[in-house]
Amino acid sequence: MNMVNFTPIPAFTGGLIIGLAVVVFFLLNGRLVGISGIASNALTEKENKFDNLLFLLGLIIAPFIYSLFSNGGINISISNSYVLMIAAGLLVGIGTRISGGCTSGHGISGIGRFSLRSIIATITFMIVGILTVFIKNLL
Amino acid sequence: MNKLASLLSGIIFGIGLVISEMVNPAKVLGFLDLFGNWDPSLAFVMMGALVVSSPLFHIIKKKEKPLFVEKFNYSNNKTINNQLILGSALFGAGWGLGGLCPGPAITSVALFNIYSITFVVSMFVGFFIVKSFNLSSPR
Repeated sequence: MNMVNFTPIPAFTGGLIIGLAVVVFFLLNGRLVGISGIASNALTEKENKFDNLLFLLGLIIAPFIYSLFSNGGINISISNSYVLMIAAGLLVGIGTRISGGCTSGHGISGIGRFSLRSIIATITFMIVGILTVFIKNLL
Repeated sequence: MNKLASLLSGIIFGIGLVISEMVNPAKVLGFLDLFGNWDPSLAFVMMGALVVSSPLFHIIKKKEKPLFVEKFNYSNNKTINNQLILGSALFGAGWGLGGLCPGPAITSVALFNIYSITFVVSMFVGFFIVKSFNLSSPR
């Protein structure tokens, strides 16, 4: 286990804030957050198009708003292989729409209301994600 | 008002993704590296999100209608089939390869990282492929 990078408190705090966002969207607009659906429908469907685009805009401007209230920078460390990132993006885009949800739609909104369908989806993508990292580390 | 609510929900959600470090692929890959140098932090993101959202979903959905729109509008699909499993598995593979899922990927566009932008573009290509071949999960 990696105790050096273990950051349960920011993770839990961020989780609470994500939960708050999901609740606000449900209470005010009557919809459950699922980012893959919102993103896909923003470009391919007429229904709720403007709402979906505004939600995506909110996601994109969030780091700027966060920076106004925080001194720390936002660090990310990401693969520098274009081939890998193209393959990963395609798999995520295709997979989430075939299964009807991603980490938010199935993992939070679905599990949050005890949907067996979403529990199975989440277990599946977690297991395959873990296996993918395991195999990738062997290569 | 519902437009403002969509924007606000997106911003709150994105801030949660930044604070929890879900936007950092290295962090996600550490979480998925169960058999290696495992960093369990991100399990706390899901816990935090569910602690807030799950009880409140059950209270809010008993209301007659949401505050800003006429009616609740969310998926009640309970189907568990191969499509759900296959899609989730493809998503898990992409998640394990790139370390990004849809929400964090879109939020990370603000960080102007060419590899995460490559991922996002491919993800949208994936959405279009599923849409054009009519493979989406029904809601």
